[in-house]
Amino acid sequence: MKAAVVLLPGLNRDRDMIAALTKISGHRPLTVWETDTTIPDVDLIVIPGGFSYGDYLRCGAIAARMPVMRAVAERAKKGVLVLGVCNGFQILVEAGMLPGALMRNASLKFVCREVKLSVENANTAFTRGYRPGQVIRCPVAHHDGNYFADPETLARLEGEGQVVFRYAEGTNPNGSINDIAGIVDSGGNVLGMMPHPENLIEPAHGGSDGRPLFESVLGVAA
Amino acid sequence: MTLRNDIPITPELVAAHGLKPDEYQRILDLIGREPSFTELGIFSAMWNEHCSYKSSKKWLRTLPTEGPRVIQGPGENAGVVDIGDGDCVVFKMESHNHPSYIEPYQGAATGVGGILRDVFTMGARPIAAMNALRFGEPDHPKTKHLVSGVVAGIGGYGNSFGVPTVGGEVNFDARYNGNCLVNAFAAGLARTDAIFYSKASGVGLPVVYLGAKTGRDGVGGATMASAEFDDRIEEKRPTVQVGDPFTEKCLLEACLELMASGAVIAIQDMGAAGLTCSAVEMGAKGDLGILLDLDKVPVREERMTAYEMMLSESQERMLMVLRPEKEEEAEAIFRKWGLDFAIVGHTTDDLRFRVVHQGDEVANLPIKDLGDQAPEYDRPWIEPKTPAPLAAGDVPRADVAEALLKLVGSPDLCSRRWVWEQYDTLIQGNSLQLPGGDAGVVRVDGHPTKALAFSSDVTPRYCETDPYEGGKQAVAECWRNLTAVGAEPLAATDNLNFGNPERPEIMGQFARAVTGIGDACRALGFPIVSGNVSLYNETNGRGILPTPTIAGVGLIDDWTKTVRIAFAAAGQAILHVGARRDFGGHLGQSLYLREIHGRRDGPPPPVDLVHEKRVGDFVRSLIRSGVATACHDISDGGLAVAVAEMAMASDIGATIPGPAEGDPIPFLFGEDQGRYLVTVGLDPQGEEIAELWRRAEEAGIFAPWIGTTGGDALRFGDDWTIPVSHLKVAHESWFPAYMNS
Repeated sequence: MKAAVVLLPGLNRDRDMIAALTKISGHRPLTVWETDTTIPDVDLIVIPGGFSYGDYLRCGAIAARMPVMRAVAERAKKGVLVLGVCNGFQILVEAGMLPGALMRNASLKFVCREVKLSVENANTAFTRGYRPGQVIRCPVAHHDGNYFADPETLARLEGEGQVVFRYAEGTNPNGSINDIAGIVDSGGNVLGMMPHPENLIEPAHGGSDGRPLFESVLGVAA
Repeated sequence: MTLRNDIPITPELVAAHGLKPDEYQRILDLIGREPSFTELGIFSAMWNEHCSYKSSKKWLRTLPTEGPRVIQGPGENAGVVDIGDGDCVVFKMESHNHPSYIEPYQGAATGVGGILRDVFTMGARPIAAMNALRFGEPDHPKTKHLVSGVVAGIGGYGNSFGVPTVGGEVNFDARYNGNCLVNAFAAGLARTDAIFYSKASGVGLPVVYLGAKTGRDGVGGATMASAEFDDRIEEKRPTVQVGDPFTEKCLLEACLELMASGAVIAIQDMGAAGLTCSAVEMGAKGDLGILLDLDKVPVREERMTAYEMMLSESQERMLMVLRPEKEEEAEAIFRKWGLDFAIVGHTTDDLRFRVVHQGDEVANLPIKDLGDQAPEYDRPWIEPKTPAPLAAGDVPRADVAEALLKLVGSPDLCSRRWVWEQYDTLIQGNSLQLPGGDAGVVRVDGHPTKALAFSSDVTPRYCETDPYEGGKQAVAECWRNLTAVGAEPLAATDNLNFGNPERPEIMGQFARAVTGIGDACRALGFPIVSGNVSLYNETNGRGILPTPTIAGVGLIDDWTKTVRIAFAAAGQAILHVGARRDFGGHLGQSLYLREIHGRRDGPPPPVDLVHEKRVGDFVRSLIRSGVATACHDISDGGLAVAVAEMAMASDIGATIPGPAEGDPIPFLFGEDQGRYLVTVGLDPQGEEIAELWRRAEEAGIFAPWIGTTGGDALRFGDDWTIPVSHLKVAHESWFPAYMNS
């Protein structure tokens, strides 16, 4: 499996993401820049976290309109796996590749802490390394992770198994509706999530609950 | 609105620039004529306390700044210390006190931005940040607003820039009611053969301006506050700059890319006094003149005058001297990151600092004299009076359980989770120990086993009552906290926050505290490699508590051999390493006296530096050999609070039978220095622990077994049992309850 990481000015968890992909797959992923209009032939495209363009407007709003995102959308249509983490999730939502919106945290404050996630759908390309219903640890670090969707969209997401990760055991850090932490698109090949699995992949991180996600998506045996 | 350059220089105008009559005379003597308005501004920027250290220099010179690992001591943007394998750590701490009091969010944010820039200007990628914060008493009407704004500002900048905040301090005291302290620390990693300095070399080379555009923000800041000639500046422009972490992040990436290209000869960030200070520094250090053409400076406002451009403190800007043949490549890198790039001048051989604006030469000054000839004062000072010791037998009583619950839930000892959860502590994926322990620990990226430890410390109430012992204690506690995670303390940076140095009693605090810091640094082999002095922290004639913050860096060779404050398991022996043979109990200036009995009397506990070093080295050997399973230094609140913190971090209780004879109060709450609690997984009756005690005895250290971990409560003697869950509720409640009230 080949992977590419989208780089945009202001993203800052790109190095964490590249390190995780490299450590788990043994290969350094390719990178693409904001102005690139084509993406090399890869099986996985990752949009990492950060504050693209400062996020002084709605988070991800400027990034979603950069040329590289059109190329990402085209690939997604062809079934290429796309993973957006944190700002990456916000960008995918702003780009219309995932439904709903990510609002300011209910606390109105940035929050960095470990939460619990339950794996709601273990039957995606991203989650088959987990057991259905498995509760994992995962850190969050964001200011705007409060997921919202209208009732109709929400019903569809819930009904179609598109809610992949849910904050568990009362650890919802941001007020997300239905405790939603991560969703896939209707095709199942685009995942957006607020938590940072890339920061929990090795003993130095205090655990490796994030690792199976990358192993699944990279086709690496655990 | 324009400020002309031919404004007459009146005594009032000179005074408004913060220059004393004798200082102005010195300017006249130096240049042999009356300065122009812009020149007056340049002198005031270079000669103010913040840039010139004119009151503190004499004392700063007494600090030890060298050591076998020190690559760069004070005098550059940050200190540099060798950590082996071709890597070095670059770090500094700096205050942003006054701006943070006026506008807490932006004041704190730009404080973080400034210190990060100091670090990456030297070629280092920032890997860790800390913040030492002091606020007024919780009930003061401004305090909550300041806490909320400062914490959000630090998070807003650091989180967006992408550096993990791994430690810091938050304290409250009425003496900070009118003057909070925001001391920001940053550390970065660089290769020892790729460190960049501000000293320019080569004549006729381009001086390049990089980063954000120049605006009027910051003009009218530190040295200018005058209604006579320009009250509109004060009205319309905040004197606090506005931070843009996005631009700073782009500036970081562009600078590191440019440095790797080999284009950079010299680099200096524009901090205090902006373009003036950075240009003068680069030229003066390199024995070169600088000619600046202000028409080339990228500006974001119209009709800016030379005076404004030279004194603007707009953020996220850099000045560089580049190799001319690399100009194009350099410009392409900056354009890619969306940043301004402009050649604004060149180096000359005439040792003059010349500034041209719209065809006029608005300044022409001797460049070396601007820095070197700054006034320097040997200000009068008086020896601070230290209070008498507490009378023998003056041990006020309290119920131990109640006292401990109150202490762990008090403003100065409660959990700071409310604060540090607003900081990204995990970004970069190398954080091994987060805030809440003795030191933050961060892996050295690219190295299989090495890590760096960071801690920031000072106990202002000790410094107030005995500045010399307080200065020593700040250094010793920092060194101790690094030791407590198994690190070898390498070096430190000091951020000296005091009141008005023109008052002899304040100067006495400063002189004695610096002397104490120097003595402790020498005894512990812990040199000061960078720092910052913040004076005039006063409101209505009352100074803050003297607050010489010490932030230290330690090296861990193998991070699998570190320990945390959390008890590792039940059934482990707790050793009280460094205990006094009589089990001590220094209650003067203790939090027990202050929080439980409302007393602030007695002298602070003295620091025996020889004993300190001996005990620390022993504790470190226990950690590095894998014998220690958890470790915590004993500081504010004494042994009882230290045990409680270890228990709360692990949800494991402990039984402490108490001193075999004597009074449990001083034993549990005394704040004697140089002590640690260390747990070991050894049989307390076995041969291995006997061997440990033999080694301790040989080293002149008393390390008695004082208790055992286990259960879900703390048990002190036969009389007091406190469930760990109760302690946690008290510990975690105060901060959120206060901020939400």
